[in-house]
Amino acid sequence: MSAPTVAVLAATAPAEQVGEPVVNIAIFGAFVLVTMVIVFRASRNNRSAADYYAAGRSFTGPQNGTAIAGDYLSAASFLGICGAIAVYGYDGFLYSIGFLVAWLVALLLVAELLRNTGRFTMADVLSFRLRQRPVRMAAALSTLAVVFFYLLAQMAGAGGLVALLLGIDNAAAQGLVIAVVGALMIMYVLVGGMKGTTWVQIIKAILLIAGAGVMTVWVLARYGFDLSALLQGAIDTAGEGGETLIEPGRQYGASALTQLNFLSLALALVLGTAGLPHVLMRFYTVPSAKEARRSVVWAIWLIGIFYLFTLVLGYGAGAIVGSERILGAPGKANSAAPLLAYELGGVFLLGIISAVAFATILAVVAGLTITAAASFAHDIYASVIKRGEVAPDGEVRVARITVVAIGALAIVGGIFANGQNVAFLVALAFAVAASANLPTIVYSLFWKRFNTAGALWSMYGGLVSCILLITFSPVVSGKVDPATGESLSMIRDTGVDFAVFPLENPGIVSIPLAFLLGIVGTLLSKEKPHPEKFAEMEVRSLTGAGAEKATSH
Amino acid sequence: MSESPQETDYQRVQRSAEFQELRRRFRRFVFPLTALFLVWYFLYVLLANYAHGFMSTRVAGNVTVGLLLGLGQFVSTFVITMAYARWANRTQDPVAERLREHIESGAILREGTPGRAGEGSPA
Repeated sequence: MSAPTVAVLAATAPAEQVGEPVVNIAIFGAFVLVTMVIVFRASRNNRSAADYYAAGRSFTGPQNGTAIAGDYLSAASFLGICGAIAVYGYDGFLYSIGFLVAWLVALLLVAELLRNTGRFTMADVLSFRLRQRPVRMAAALSTLAVVFFYLLAQMAGAGGLVALLLGIDNAAAQGLVIAVVGALMIMYVLVGGMKGTTWVQIIKAILLIAGAGVMTVWVLARYGFDLSALLQGAIDTAGEGGETLIEPGRQYGASALTQLNFLSLALALVLGTAGLPHVLMRFYTVPSAKEARRSVVWAIWLIGIFYLFTLVLGYGAGAIVGSERILGAPGKANSAAPLLAYELGGVFLLGIISAVAFATILAVVAGLTITAAASFAHDIYASVIKRGEVAPDGEVRVARITVVAIGALAIVGGIFANGQNVAFLVALAFAVAASANLPTIVYSLFWKRFNTAGALWSMYGGLVSCILLITFSPVVSGKVDPATGESLSMIRDTGVDFAVFPLENPGIVSIPLAFLLGIVGTLLSKEKPHPEKFAEMEVRSLTGAGAEKATSH
Repeated sequence: MSESPQETDYQRVQRSAEFQELRRRFRRFVFPLTALFLVWYFLYVLLANYAHGFMSTRVAGNVTVGLLLGLGQFVSTFVITMAYARWANRTQDPVAERLREHIESGAILREGTPGRAGEGSPA
């Protein structure tokens, strides 16, 4: 059935390019125009720090929940998971489950307590009852590290997307598009602050989830709304060995080592989300802990439903497009969703999905940038360097300068990393969040005895162990494709091999290590406990007394 | 606690029976639930990783045990989310609100809500 279709399409549309770049750009341009108008309108009251970093704490739970979904559903989870399911089948689905279940950690243990005790950043909570400056510094450094890894992965991904969607395969032109995306992002964050960023994320989330929903119904309709028939379609298109698409192990089951790799990844995914600084910062944009709870409930429903869509879309792409054609396209596995859109709805649907993919990068990068700027200006500049002796508008000015600096860094990093194999950076960001941030968040909220030394040991121990283990792992050097002899590592020279740590994800080592270091550091320190600070933190976290209120204009 | 010469107002709230009950209920609900969903998640991951035969068992047509357990993770996540939200809205919020009003009205903290040293002016 599908083989002739593929042949016809291959004849009419060259493999390098499907669809009409002009349509893709026009739809994306419309998105930019609409969001820009909203950002400018929303940015009238952006004077104080609470306005700039936390949108005046004036978003409702459902609005913030939608923005969280917009922040969380990155290009990696949309294009990446669809592609992984199309090519590897069940193992791709397995991946999306970790991303969803992780939200329960945020809902039950973190969101409300954090909203009640902090003001703008993760460090506010971590340093609440510990020694301010060293803990703020450590929390800010780990925030900046997570944001940097995540940002670089997004920007590098933009290059591949440009090649796929706009038909630009020249590196200089791709660099130009990356620069345009970066410049737009700087505009949004500079002008709109957290309020503008949030609206971009809300609009993007609605477009993404609605687009994926329409495609899901479309795919299911082709198979008479019979999931089994859809799976059969994917099996038939894959040809010999297609049955393994509905069985686990196609991607991670190759050897004991790849299985251990998956276990490590599963651990980092489920514990990382509640330690992602750009996710945590979103909880400050609502007026109360109750609204923070509503945000997470909304986010869980939206994200969960979206991942169910990707299950259908992934198998749909496997059935209708076929993994051979997907892997032959410029974006490799990432092109599964766009190619499926083209097969279903032609140029127009592809244009919408492409625009949504760009909007996704824009929204995620904007959220990361404002988080990094807040962390630098509020934690490092105002609290550590100036010791709190700074006017609030001075702090916001520093934050705005930081936005431009980070935006420039993202553009340069994105152009430099374009075409590089840096997909591991997202997994690394989750591993750092789970090892450097989560243990200290949990200990400082729930463990009375926890102290500054424990926090520093855990945060620096988690951060350094993650980075070292990744550096000496096969993702950086020494991984060779046995079939083609080509390097699969970041360092392309197959002669260079310093991968002494066999796993591609450090989580299984670094996460338990960081939890342990928190305990050891605490017990070895002679620091006197502060029962009065713990009492304040505990009472405030559970009752919301003294929590930051929404600003009124 | 005995070594600090003067007990702060927050410590007094912390010691109160009403707060202790709020805290105990919170921990009794949230900790076992967290343990439960983590065990269920890792059970699922281990099965998918090491029990390929079992997970590949066909239940109906091409629908496998693995697919059903995976969808079960979605269902359990949704159920836990709604159960927690319902419980927190009904059981915890009224108590937390009463305590908060009590504290912020100055009945306990006579000096009002405390600002933190060196953190700039309120927005």
